[in-house]
Amino acid sequence: MVKMILWRSVYAVASLFVVSVIVFAATQALPGDAAVAKLGKNATPAALESFRQLYHLNDPLPTQYVNWLGNILQGRLGVSFATGFPVGSLIGDQVANSLVLIAATVVIAVPLAVVLGILTAIRRDRATDHISSVLMLVISALPEFVLGVALVLLFATNVSQVLPAVSPVDPSRSIFQQLDLIVLPTLTLVLLVLPYVVRTVRACMIEALESEYVTMARLKGMSERRVVLRHALPNMAGPTFQVVAQSLAYLAGGVVVVESVFQFPGIGQAFVSSVLSRDLPVIQAVAMLLAVFYVLVNLLADIGTVAMTPTMRGGTR
Amino acid sequence: MTPPDDIAVATPASATTGTARKRNAAPPRKQQSADGVRAVLRRTLRLRGARVGLVLMLVVMAIAFLGPLFSPHDPTATIGSPYALPGGDTLLGTELLGRDVLSRFLHGGAVILLLSLLATVVGAGTGMLLGLVAGYRRGVRGELIMRSLDVVLSFPPLLLALLFMSLLGTSPLLVLLTVAISHVPYVARIVESSTLAVTGRGFVQYCEMIGVPRRRILTGEILPSIVAPLTVQFGLRLTYSISLIASLAYLGFGRQDPAVDWGMMISQNQSNVVGSPWPVLLPVLAITIVTVGANLLTDSFGRAVGVDLGREG
Repeated sequence: MVKMILWRSVYAVASLFVVSVIVFAATQALPGDAAVAKLGKNATPAALESFRQLYHLNDPLPTQYVNWLGNILQGRLGVSFATGFPVGSLIGDQVANSLVLIAATVVIAVPLAVVLGILTAIRRDRATDHISSVLMLVISALPEFVLGVALVLLFATNVSQVLPAVSPVDPSRSIFQQLDLIVLPTLTLVLLVLPYVVRTVRACMIEALESEYVTMARLKGMSERRVVLRHALPNMAGPTFQVVAQSLAYLAGGVVVVESVFQFPGIGQAFVSSVLSRDLPVIQAVAMLLAVFYVLVNLLADIGTVAMTPTMRGGTR
Repeated sequence: MTPPDDIAVATPASATTGTARKRNAAPPRKQQSADGVRAVLRRTLRLRGARVGLVLMLVVMAIAFLGPLFSPHDPTATIGSPYALPGGDTLLGTELLGRDVLSRFLHGGAVILLLSLLATVVGAGTGMLLGLVAGYRRGVRGELIMRSLDVVLSFPPLLLALLFMSLLGTSPLLVLLTVAISHVPYVARIVESSTLAVTGRGFVQYCEMIGVPRRRILTGEILPSIVAPLTVQFGLRLTYSISLIASLAYLGFGRQDPAVDWGMMISQNQSNVVGSPWPVLLPVLAITIVTVGANLLTDSFGRAVGVDLGREG
């Protein structure tokens, strides 16, 4: 168990290192020229040269990389090309906003998915199960932005004008005072992760209900409710935890699109707009943040799954 | 993720070139040649989901690829005031810049569907090759291939694509490549584990013993046995491709105005969706129908060949 956690942590650190190389390579080392990208094709050679001097773009690539990584590790994220402000203070609020969004999604989606998964497993092959599985299939096929726009069409247009179509959160007030703005983005993200969790919970539940220990419990005359809740349910902890953590990792990509759909000022929108304006330091910082989140959540998924599955705990994988 | 023995699929190639060898090698496997591609297709199409999915996909593909022939106007020409209501010259009104909604819709699908198809073919093809080699040769080489593919998995696919576009700009080729790359590790994993399962079986070991060249074993013996999970993966990946490419287009990394694609059409007209819903509704419906159709078809095929659709990513 301990050995496995150590191994996975080493692996996570290694992936983060590779991630940093890729982020650096994709943004700074590729043939595209950051100076031209920023200043435009009509910039004078002198201006380009001084820009390169300012951001040390003329140094050899390994030197650039080491300096860049060193700065990032010390929390110095650089200065935005577009605004001239330090990146850290620029994206601080947006990181917080996104975290609220993700937290709200998880708090709503997980209990809902577990209940739905158990219900559909108990009513297997009946109407509830069929309707749910078709709905899940449809939802899981849709691109994030299509789902978001569909929800806007349903809830923010002539059909029923109950919620705001866009979510321009006012930075001067706390996000908790503007909760109506995060309803639709949260709903979109909840629907996006729901199919995966429901499917896993349902499959585990069906497997458990067909197992010998459940048959035994039933033969003893135990009530069906107690069989499901006390005997079958605990065995789903491992797989459910894993799929929830994977959904969280998926959200690292999902927020990018969903925030753009609703113009929600979060980390994902910051990423898209920085890519569109080619604001290199912001791109690098946000990409690293999202990748760190992604790798950490995946690490958590692996460790948590082993910790929650008694049969795997003893292994030394 | 391995195909159960009784429902393995045979391709015509293995049924003809490999028959003699196979008869000696593994008598119990003979039923597989009887259960050919046609039988699997028939079994798939017997499922309602498959028929519905196929029809949905064909409808949208017809619109996307044949639509331009029936376009009433030039999709780039301004023919009226912005957001004119349907009527008169235009069947469905005009969009943000006063161009015909119907014409732009009919012209906007082909690029996305074509790019998705190509990206899936390139990505799944590469993943298949790497997975085959990694699964068959195992050892250091296999480990090396699989571990280096894991690197791609440490990024959300969309993030990876955007990262490369931040400096290189957007071009269809770059979209195709980044989307294809994001498929490779998933396909390779499935193919590797399926290959591993087959490699240990009698008929493969027999071929190795009698000295059949490695390449022939890979293409003639192993490939046919993993066709079923591979096809399922292809279907899943196609759905993701469409999603990903449409999303990139929506975010502004697709074709650039005045050219048109469905993703961009949605984002351009989204702010006035209350006043004129058509320019948003049409592409939303088209993307919905084609992805749901692809998913239904894949799901049914998976059921018909007994492959579990382990969805990830």
